[in-house]
Amino acid sequence: MSLLKVENLTLQFKTDEGLITAVDNVSFEVNAGEVLGLVGESGSGKSVTAKSLMKLNPENAVYSPESSIELNLDDQKIDVLSLTSGQDLKPVRGGSVSMIFQEPMASFAPAISIGEQMVEQLMLHKKISKSEASGISIEMLDRVGISDASKRFKQYAFELSGGMRQRAMIAMALSTRPSLLIADEPTTALDVTIQAQVIDLMKDLIAEFGMGIIFITHDLGVIAQTADRVAVMYLGKIVEQGSVRDVIKNPAHPYTRGLLNALPKLDDLDTPLTPIPGDIPSPLERPAGCVFHTRCPVSEERCKQSVPEYEQRSGSHKAACFVTATEGNLP
Amino acid sequence: MSDQGLIEADKLSVHFPIGGGLLRRPKMLRAVDEVSLSIPKGSFFGLVGESGSGKTTLGRAMLRATPITSGGVRYSDGEVEYDLVNLPKSELIEYRKRAQLIFQDPYAALSPRMTVRDIIAEPLEVMKITNSRDETDARVREIAEKCRLNLEHLRRFPHAFSGGQRQRISIARALVSSPRFVVADESVAALDVSIQADILNLLKALQQELELTYLFISHDLSVVAHICDHVAVMYLGRLVETAPTRELFTAPRHPYTKALLSAIPSLDPDQRGNAQKLEGEIPSPTNPPSGCKFHTRCPHAIDICKQTEPALDHLGSEHDVACHRWQELAHIP
Repeated sequence: MSLLKVENLTLQFKTDEGLITAVDNVSFEVNAGEVLGLVGESGSGKSVTAKSLMKLNPENAVYSPESSIELNLDDQKIDVLSLTSGQDLKPVRGGSVSMIFQEPMASFAPAISIGEQMVEQLMLHKKISKSEASGISIEMLDRVGISDASKRFKQYAFELSGGMRQRAMIAMALSTRPSLLIADEPTTALDVTIQAQVIDLMKDLIAEFGMGIIFITHDLGVIAQTADRVAVMYLGKIVEQGSVRDVIKNPAHPYTRGLLNALPKLDDLDTPLTPIPGDIPSPLERPAGCVFHTRCPVSEERCKQSVPEYEQRSGSHKAACFVTATEGNLP
Repeated sequence: MSDQGLIEADKLSVHFPIGGGLLRRPKMLRAVDEVSLSIPKGSFFGLVGESGSGKTTLGRAMLRATPITSGGVRYSDGEVEYDLVNLPKSELIEYRKRAQLIFQDPYAALSPRMTVRDIIAEPLEVMKITNSRDETDARVREIAEKCRLNLEHLRRFPHAFSGGQRQRISIARALVSSPRFVVADESVAALDVSIQADILNLLKALQQELELTYLFISHDLSVVAHICDHVAVMYLGRLVETAPTRELFTAPRHPYTKALLSAIPSLDPDQRGNAQKLEGEIPSPTNPPSGCKFHTRCPHAIDICKQTEPALDHLGSEHDVACHRWQELAHIP
């Protein structure tokens, strides 16, 4: 049984301009010890999807009745969307499910020491004393490669460098020993050399703790280096999903192909960069038919009218495209 | 390098005092430290380094947008020549017409209360380049077309546009005064990949059409590899290596350049974890290490690196490197 099972997740926001669809019929699973990469550009709905796993979306979010998010822990099964009270939500908000955010500076309170924040959240989720919580926190800081952990424990976020803050954030998220970790663009704000260190650290921690990870990023290079499976999102839909090898080496959706062609590659400096034409449509003007048809280089008449089925291509590789289904993948 | 540099920096330093008081001497933050660099006319010159390496400050110094502590910068485009360190105010205004800046964040750089037309026209009005409204409008329309903006959009406000369109507006604003030299500071960093390629292609096309020289500041080496013809690598305010792009990417000589290149995540899932890892983080520029500034993180540092700062060695006509051991280490990837 998979650790996390998301089925037919549809999420709309009530706004003055009407209902906006942010996530459209998305299904995926994450197993323990597995890294699922969630890739997409801004506005693709990847963060909203991740937040709904913790029910962190604002009050105007409306989940469709078919949506289901199921978390299978060792001792219990949690139907996340049915949770309402703060007490019930505790396990999915920091207990068994933890989240690492993109901006480590904005995620720590500036006037409270790193240690105090770590201890506070640990004591919320575990029945332990303050000194035990401090011990665990310092041990975790040490584990994520922060030297002089007991000194750092007493410091404030502004006293740490960007890479150090992100390590502290990871230490904090992992101190409750979650079964599922959601990492939302954890390396985007970091320099490449620090990014490489953080990616290494996360790989070590997966091997050690065996949790499932949802790794959200717009960087396909980072995905290639970390994920086991990838789901590519565009305008709230998963358009392609499969093993990282299948998706990156043999993409079945024109959008994934477009993303790869737009990416500057170091081993091929002569091929000109090919942008995906046009801009991402506003969520208020979702295209009919296939959501990608307005920017797709191979779109046909049927793409404008009907929505392509999200179907199996080979093994666990799935994609939603009329054209590649009949004519094969794009070069 | 050749003697036809459009901009030439000679031992350029920019230091900022921090702290200090009535009786205490302030500490000096050496943001840019004795950098000598020549940007050839018509080149797409890349400047890379981690945050805190001083690349933005160097770009601003070349625009005279930050005070220069010591050293010299000379601008010469064949028509005029300026000594940027001792530039009288009247000439500074003239220099501004010839040197412009494109910002990083197209969401923050455009005033939400001005129409696109007014945003693009503002430099012309402030610098008194045009004499009549008709002339201004003509210039605005001309540059807007070159930047592939829809002319109907000129009446709208920035909020109506996507990130890519906004960046095209920023570019039009920077180019409307017909500059020769443009500093693009992380100009594609805030954009999505699919849009980023479009803006890079636009910058390249405009370079040829308008005969521009760019200083392209970026932390993204793969972008720089694709668009620039020369690259300079900075670390803690020092220039550590500069070379033509292809040479730098195929035969990097400085250990820092090598580490930066290998830290770029490979798109090939089968090539995992063979990156050469750099330990630690960039030290604080207020308290830089002695000797070679990179020695605290360098896997090949020896005693001399801790004591003496290496000078820039000339490997070829255009390839310079500042490392004591580059010759011994040449064969190590």
